[in-house]
Amino acid sequence: MDFIEGLGRSSRISFNKLGRATHFLIQTISGVMSVLMRPRLLTKQLYSVGVMSFLIITISGLFVGMVLGLQGYYTLSDFGAEETLGVMVAASLVRELGPVVSALLFAGRAGSALTAEIGLMKATEQLSGMEMMAIDPIKRIITPRFLAGLISMPLLAGIFSAVGIVGGQIVGSGLLGVDEGAYWSQMQASIDFYDDIINGVIKSIVFGFVASWIALFEGYDAIPTSEGVSRATTRTVVNSAFTILGLDFILTALMFGDH
Amino acid sequence: MQHTRNQDTLVGLFVASGIAGLFFLAMHVSNLSSFSDEDSYTITAKFENSGGLKVKSPVSAAGVKIGKVTSITFDPKTYKSVVQLSINSKYNTLPDDTTASVFTAGLLGEQYVNLEPGGSDTYLKKGGEIEITQSAIILEKAIGQFLFKSAAEEKK
Repeated sequence: MDFIEGLGRSSRISFNKLGRATHFLIQTISGVMSVLMRPRLLTKQLYSVGVMSFLIITISGLFVGMVLGLQGYYTLSDFGAEETLGVMVAASLVRELGPVVSALLFAGRAGSALTAEIGLMKATEQLSGMEMMAIDPIKRIITPRFLAGLISMPLLAGIFSAVGIVGGQIVGSGLLGVDEGAYWSQMQASIDFYDDIINGVIKSIVFGFVASWIALFEGYDAIPTSEGVSRATTRTVVNSAFTILGLDFILTALMFGDH
Repeated sequence: MQHTRNQDTLVGLFVASGIAGLFFLAMHVSNLSSFSDEDSYTITAKFENSGGLKVKSPVSAAGVKIGKVTSITFDPKTYKSVVQLSINSKYNTLPDDTTASVFTAGLLGEQYVNLEPGGSDTYLKKGGEIEITQSAIILEKAIGQFLFKSAAEEKK
């Protein structure tokens, strides 16, 4: 009986949390207009969310592309199909690895920082202080960060894929001797702009939306103690990773299913 | 004040490099730069069997890609496969006795339509039809025929 009781309680708690998260999201989105009137708030957050993630995204993208180049070459050369290395590297980066890995890195690098920042603001009663001054903390604090995440994510994913493809080319034709012309021309022949690139961008926008939402809500909803903030930060990273990977499966099934 | 200005510059650089990355993907990685549908014309070819040909398969002449397959349908009256080819309008001088055949790139590669121009003086126009076609070679069929042939020779 205890088990069933616990199940009921925990599901009620999680549905309650989902409801609060949805309410929070609606409030956040309703603040978009007032943030666009004050673009300075947005550029500041673009700096801390986007620019600060730039380096980790670029370096990881380069190495992921180089590893894909190596592994792809070993497998493809068994079939004498080294020329299709470019297709393999580009398709896996643009469709899957670019959006997914950059979203996971984004959740770890920027999402955790957002949660900790907002959780600490709550713990030190800065958010209540704003309310006392009749400033809506959601419009002033949350919405700019949400928008910054939404804008940064597709840009970061684009950088990740582009750098990765160049990395694959460096390894493939620089070290392993795949013909450079074949690398690019086979890639251009097989990668479709709408099917592959636009779908990848749509994926990364969805991931940016979800990762920023989770990070901001966990921070806003954190128990205002140092332990509560640390737990919320952990939850951000774990929940974002689950959600991103789960959504990726659904989006892939929807987008690439009809081939 | 100096600090915010630096920040703005870095944000600008970040957004610019993100857009540059996406632009690179669009122009250099995908097929967006190679063809757009606007400057092309469509011709049809009817094959006995179009094999593993797919929509978006390349159409080439003398080894150069000049267009792509836009639709493949089955004609219930003639029992043939009707393939629409979209050819880049730069190449509007294909003779009307051009031969279309379905070839395979390499042993296991993708299938494509190869156009072999004939000697006629009149050119194929928009909506024209290629009359001389050659079906795809079905590997299983060819192997089957070969086996039958060698079995028949052994009996003699």
